[in-house]
Amino acid sequence: MKLGEILRIVEGKLITNEADLDAEIRCACGADLMSDVLTHSRPGALLLTGLTNPQVVRTAEVADIAAIVFVRGKMPPPETIALALEKGIPVITAPYTMFELCGRLYKAGMASCDL
Amino acid sequence: MAENGEIQMSSVAPSGITRVQELIYELKIKQVMTSPVLTVTPDTRMSQFRELLRTHKFSGAPVVEQGRLVGIVSIEDLIKSLSDGRPDLLVGERMTCNVITVQEEESVVEAVKKFSEYGVGRLPVLDRQGRLSGILTATDITRGLLTAIGLDYHEDEIRRYRASHIFEDIESEDTSLILRYRIRACDFERGGEASSKIRRALKRLGADPQVIRRVGIAVYEAEMNIIIHTTHGGEIQAEIQPGRVQIVATDRGPGIEDVRKAMEPGYSTAPEWIRELGFGAGMGLLNIQKCADDMKLGSTPGVGTRLEIVVYLQAKNGQNAQSERAEPAKG
Repeated sequence: MKLGEILRIVEGKLITNEADLDAEIRCACGADLMSDVLTHSRPGALLLTGLTNPQVVRTAEVADIAAIVFVRGKMPPPETIALALEKGIPVITAPYTMFELCGRLYKAGMASCDL
Repeated sequence: MAENGEIQMSSVAPSGITRVQELIYELKIKQVMTSPVLTVTPDTRMSQFRELLRTHKFSGAPVVEQGRLVGIVSIEDLIKSLSDGRPDLLVGERMTCNVITVQEEESVVEAVKKFSEYGVGRLPVLDRQGRLSGILTATDITRGLLTAIGLDYHEDEIRRYRASHIFEDIESEDTSLILRYRIRACDFERGGEASSKIRRALKRLGADPQVIRRVGIAVYEAEMNIIIHTTHGGEIQAEIQPGRVQIVATDRGPGIEDVRKAMEPGYSTAPEWIRELGFGAGMGLLNIQKCADDMKLGSTPGVGTRLEIVVYLQAKNGQNAQSERAEPAKG
């Protein structure tokens, strides 16, 4: 699924304005526990999370996460955005709950990272 | 004319645009102009000017009088004087007096703007004192850009070469590259920097992406452990050898009371604020173990903890694939 399509499905807003909307993302994971992201994500995955601190971006970098979606319309603090820009990880904020967003993506055919 | 055509910077292929655009801002006119420049004076005859054009194969020249730029004369002025049947006229009578110039310290983009704004073929370049120091044509800019891009490429090649061949170039019985990072207690803001830097180093050394990921995760967890749990911070050392990376994380206390218990999934002594940040779930050490080919953990309460892990650089199919897929249960 292309990043642009994900953006449309989650009705999200791209916070880091430079991103390749044609980038292909094959699976997604939802987690608020950074250890879980490290353990259960796959390289190139989409991360949905309710946490917005800069460590989320660090974790994403370490876990080779392709893009991050902040749930419930959360706006990350400037440090988080700055770090995301530095690391070249696109960051999206989407207005629905984690459950709703995961559901929308799953329904649209996005695979889970566990598969 | 060809001169006008050559200045179409925007016709460069899309992939090249960014660097070229950067360069026209970075490069100074001084760096790309032609200097010294052939000049004529106002009392040079147009017929002499014609000879100069023929011998030097250029199409125009600045007109200088007592060191000052007073005009510019081009092949078009010559053609006009020929068609008027007056080849004996002086340059001073035919030249353009309102000369558009650029400053040598300006960036090339200023010249590009003037070329397209005024449609001129050449721009005399002045130094800070207003003296003529060179001349600039579209060809000069193209050449300057190509040279700069060539240099970029060359530097890139050298950098890549240096990094990935270090272990072949430098010979010893036992070569290793040691990277040390001091980790401060509670410095949550910078958590992950050491991991990020070690990852970058491994990338530069051409390590396998899977290996980089495993080392990155292990170092990140170790780094967060030092930040979250220690009283005085600690150090992370990565020793990179041709076939393996050894990570040693040490700290000066408080130490782990029960190492065996610390290794149990979900066991954590992290305070609430750390948990709110998404850490301290009691999975860190386990996660490190999963990423490592070897792991040793030793701790003395009141003294400190030493964690040592080894990751082999050549991906060993069995072990790594297993680590990657271990525990597919969702958190």
